[in-house]
Amino acid sequence: MPDLLIELFSEEIPARMQAKAADDLQRLVTNALVDAGLPYEGAKAFATPRRLALTVHGLPARQPDRREERKGPRVGAPEQALAGFLKAAGLSSMEEARIQQDPKGDFYIAVTEKPGRTTQEVVADMMPGIIRAFPWPKSMRSGTSELRWVRPLQSILCLFGSLHEDPEIVRFEIDGIASGDTTYGHRFLAPGAIQVRRFEDYVAKLDISKVVLDPERRKDMILTDAKALAFAAGLELVEDAALLDEVAGLVEWPVVLMGSFDEDFLKVPDEVIRTTIRVNQKCFVLRDPKTGELANRFLLVSNIEAKDGGAAIVAGNQRVVRARLSDARFFWATDRKVKLEERAKKLDSITFHEKLGTQGQRVERIARLARELAPLVGADPAEAETAAKLAKADLVTETVGEFPELQGLVGRYLLSLERYPMAVAKASEDHYKPQGPGDRVPREPVSIAVALADKIDTLVGFWTIDEKPTGSKDPYALRRAALGVIRIVLENNLRVPLARQLTPVFGGADGAADKLADLIAFFADRLKVQLREQGARHDLVDAVFGLGNQDDLVLIARRIDALGKFLDTDDGRNLLAGYRRAANILKAEEKKDGEGTFDKSVNPNFLTEEAEKGLHAAIEKVSADVAVAVEKEDFTAAMKALSRLRVPVDDFFDTVTVNADDVKLRLNRLRLLASLRAATRRIADFSRIEG
Amino acid sequence: MPAPADPLSPTRSFQGLILTLQRFWAEQGCVLLQPYDMEVGAGTFHPGTTLRALGPKPWKAAYVQPSRRPKDGRYGENPNRFQHYYQFQVILKPNPSNLQELYLASLKAIGIDPLLHDIRFVEDDWESPTLGAWGLGWECWCDGMEVSQFTYFQQVAGIECSPVSGELTYGLERLAMYLQGTDNGFDLNFNGRDGDEKVTYGDVFKQAEEEYSRHNFEHADTAMLLQHFRDAEAECTSLLEKGEAGERHLMVMPAYDQCIKASHVFNLLDARGVISVTERQSYILRVRELAKACGAAWLKTAGGGAA
Repeated sequence: MPDLLIELFSEEIPARMQAKAADDLQRLVTNALVDAGLPYEGAKAFATPRRLALTVHGLPARQPDRREERKGPRVGAPEQALAGFLKAAGLSSMEEARIQQDPKGDFYIAVTEKPGRTTQEVVADMMPGIIRAFPWPKSMRSGTSELRWVRPLQSILCLFGSLHEDPEIVRFEIDGIASGDTTYGHRFLAPGAIQVRRFEDYVAKLDISKVVLDPERRKDMILTDAKALAFAAGLELVEDAALLDEVAGLVEWPVVLMGSFDEDFLKVPDEVIRTTIRVNQKCFVLRDPKTGELANRFLLVSNIEAKDGGAAIVAGNQRVVRARLSDARFFWATDRKVKLEERAKKLDSITFHEKLGTQGQRVERIARLARELAPLVGADPAEAETAAKLAKADLVTETVGEFPELQGLVGRYLLSLERYPMAVAKASEDHYKPQGPGDRVPREPVSIAVALADKIDTLVGFWTIDEKPTGSKDPYALRRAALGVIRIVLENNLRVPLARQLTPVFGGADGAADKLADLIAFFADRLKVQLREQGARHDLVDAVFGLGNQDDLVLIARRIDALGKFLDTDDGRNLLAGYRRAANILKAEEKKDGEGTFDKSVNPNFLTEEAEKGLHAAIEKVSADVAVAVEKEDFTAAMKALSRLRVPVDDFFDTVTVNADDVKLRLNRLRLLASLRAATRRIADFSRIEG
Repeated sequence: MPAPADPLSPTRSFQGLILTLQRFWAEQGCVLLQPYDMEVGAGTFHPGTTLRALGPKPWKAAYVQPSRRPKDGRYGENPNRFQHYYQFQVILKPNPSNLQELYLASLKAIGIDPLLHDIRFVEDDWESPTLGAWGLGWECWCDGMEVSQFTYFQQVAGIECSPVSGELTYGLERLAMYLQGTDNGFDLNFNGRDGDEKVTYGDVFKQAEEEYSRHNFEHADTAMLLQHFRDAEAECTSLLEKGEAGERHLMVMPAYDQCIKASHVFNLLDARGVISVTERQSYILRVRELAKACGAAWLKTAGGGAA
C-alpha cells in the first residue's frame, strides 16, 4: 500500500506552537483522507523549528467507485423541471435516466457511476485548503502574498508512492509555492537542497543534513547529553520539562555545552539564579548532588556543531549570563539593605486601581480581613495580620521589578532572612496560590488566611466598582481569584459561609446586597465549572444550587457527591422515576388549580387506601430523618433515608388513582404528592436532574 | 570587511559597526536616511518606517536612530542600561523572500560567523500600542544574547500593511559590546583608535546619561510636560483637519511630528512617575488615536500611494 509524505518548510516556528501544529496537520489531513473514502493504516507528524512533517502510510491508491441515484421529476413534468433535473444530475438527455414506478406515479431516476479519483488527485485538491485555513494561534502575511502562515512558508514537499516504485510528486500550488520533492537541511550546517523519495529516506537524509526530525529524539539527545555532561563534572542536572520542551523546539541539531559563572553569584538565592538563567538564557542549571545546592555551572543547548568545538558560543553565553547575574546580584544586594516593613511603605504611593485606592490601602484591607478569617481557618489572628501586611512588600523590590515571576518568593527569602516566623515568610509566597488549575493550593493556616483575604478583597473590590469579567475579557483575573477561593476552601475542607463572610467586606456600598448576591452567583458558576471538570454531572450541580441560599462550598460539594452516588443506585433511579411521575401530575394539576395550591398539609382523615396511608407515614418519617441527617451534614444518611420512600412511592402509583372523582380525595392526594416533592427538596431540586 | 586592525573595523569601533551596516544595506539598494530630528523611543517612530510602511509603494531604507527611553536611565551607573542609545533600523517593503538570509549576511559582514556562533530566531511578537502597530517575527540571538529584532509588519497605525514590510532593528551598543568583547557599554571604543586618540562611548555619553537621568526622574517640569502633551495632541488634530483636501491630504508629516512629540512627552511623564497605572492606558490610547489619524491621512498622499 502506498504512503503519503508531506513537509511544510518555513522560517522559524515558535517553539510553543510546534507540537500542536504537528497534531493539527495530522488531524486535518487524515480526517480529510477518511472523509474522501481513503482509510489509512497509520500516521505520524513531526515538527522542528523550520518544518512540519507528516507521514501517512497504508493508503489505497484510489477512492472506491461510487454509485449515486438521484430521484427526478414525475414522468410528463414540465420541460423546465426536466431540464433542471438533467443539469443537476449531469445527464445529457432524458434517455439516460431510468423510470421508476412509485405508488404516486412514475418518476425519473438518474444513476451516475462516479469512478473514484486517485489518491494523488484527492490530496492535491485538499492540501491548499488545509494550508490556507491552518489553525495557527497567530499567523501572518509576508511580502505581497495573501497566504497566512505562522512565519513565511518557503517550500512544500508532497510525495505519494509505495515502497518499490518511484514516488510521485503530488502537485499543487499556493501563492506561488509549488509542491515538489525537495527540502533543505540545517540552516547553517547543511543548507543545501535535498531530494527526497519516501519517509525513511527523508528522515535519513535530514539526519545527514544535521536535522533531527523527531522532537522526542531531540529531547532525548539533549537530556542524555546534559546528564552526561553534568555527571562528568560531578554534578546533577536540575530537570525542567517545560524548558526542555522549549529548547527542543529551538534547535534542529542539538548540541549541549557547559558554561560556568563566578561562584560569588551563588550568594543570590537559587531561584533568582535559576530564573535569570532559565527565562533570559533558556539554559539549564546544575546542582551538587551531595548538598542539593546550585552549582556555578549551566548547560546551554546550541543549534550548531561549531568549528571551534563551541568555545566561542560558551564564551558568549557566559558573558551574557554574567551580565544578567550581575544585575540580579545588584538587585538582591539593594533589596537586602532595607527591611521589608520599611520598603512596604512605598506601596502607599502606588495606585492599585483608580477607584480602589493604592496598593498600601489594599494591603491594609487584606490585613484586616486576614485577621478576621484567621479563626475560621485555624490561624493565629495576629500572625495572619502581620503576614498579610508584609506579603506584598516584595512588589517594590528591585528583584521582583526585574523578575515579576518571582513575586512572593523574594518576599519569603527576605522575611526569612529578617527572622520572621516561618508561617509569615511562607505566606508571602503562598498567598498568590493557586495561580492556575495545575498550581498547588496553600496548606498552612496563615497562608490560607492571607490567600483568601487577598482574593476576596480583589473580588469584592471589583464587584463594588462594577468591573466584572465579561465574555473572554477578564483583565483582573477575577475568575482565577474566585476559583482560587473555591479550591482553597474545598481542598482544605474549610467551612466558610461565603455570604456571611462577604457581607461586611462589601460594607455600606451602594447596592451592596445586590452586588453580594451577584458575586455569590459568580462563585456558584465557577464552582460548577470546577466540579464539572472533576467529573461531577452539571445537572446535579444545578439541582443543588436550585435549592437557593447555598454558600458553603464544602457542603455543596458533599451534597452533590452524595446525590450522584445515590442516583447511581437502583433505589435512587426508581425514586427519581417516582418523583418525576409525582412532579408531572402536580405540574398538570397546578396548571388547572394554580401554583402552590397543593403545598398544604395532608389531612390524614381523607387517606382511604392502604398505599396512600403508607406513603404518607413514610414521608413523615423520612422527612424527619432527612432533616436530622442534613442538620448533621450527613448527606449519605440523608440519601439513605430518602431511599426508603421508593417502595411506598411505587405502591402508591401502582394502586392509587390520584385524580379521584371525589374532590376531597383528589385534593388530599395531590397534597400528598406535594409533600413528597417537598421531602426531596430537603436534598436537592430533583426537577433539575436529567437523564 | 576591513581588517581587524583598521580603526573602522566593526569589531574595533562603534562607528565602524555603523559604517559597515550602512554599507551593507546601501548595497542592497536601501536609501541611507539620517536620524529623524526629533526625540523618539525607537527607530520605528521615524516617519521613514511608520508612514512608509503604509500604502502600496515599495520602499527600502536604513538609518541609525538615537532612541530615548527616559525610564531606562540609571545615572550612568549601570553598564547595560541607558536612557539614550542607538538603533540601526532597516525597512524593506515588500519584504524580500530571502530577508533572513540578507540579515545573516549582514551579521557576517560585521564579523559574526554563523558556523562559529549560535544564531537563533526566537519567537517575539512585536507590538507598539502607541503606534497601533504589531507584527510577528523574532528576537535574533547570538550566543544567547539578543542582538536584533526581526519583524514582519502586519499593522501600522491601525491599518493593515499591504504589502508587508520587513523591519530589522539592531541594538548597536549590545552588538558592539559583543564584537569588542566588553561587558561595559561605556568602555566601547567609539572611534577605533588607541592611546590618546581613543574615544570611548563613555567619553561621548556618560555625562549625558547622568544629566538626563536627573532630568528624567527628578527635575523635568511635569506641569509643563502635561501642557506640552495637550498642546501636541491638539496641534496634531488641528493640522490633520487643516490638511484635509477632499481625496487628498496636504499636511500629514507636520501632524505626525506632533504625534511623536506627544509620545515622547508621555514617556517623560511616565519616568517622572506622575502617571498612574490606569491613566497610563488612556495616554497610550490618546497617542494611538493620533497615530491612526496620521496613518489614515498618509494614505491620501502621494507617498501613501494615493492616485
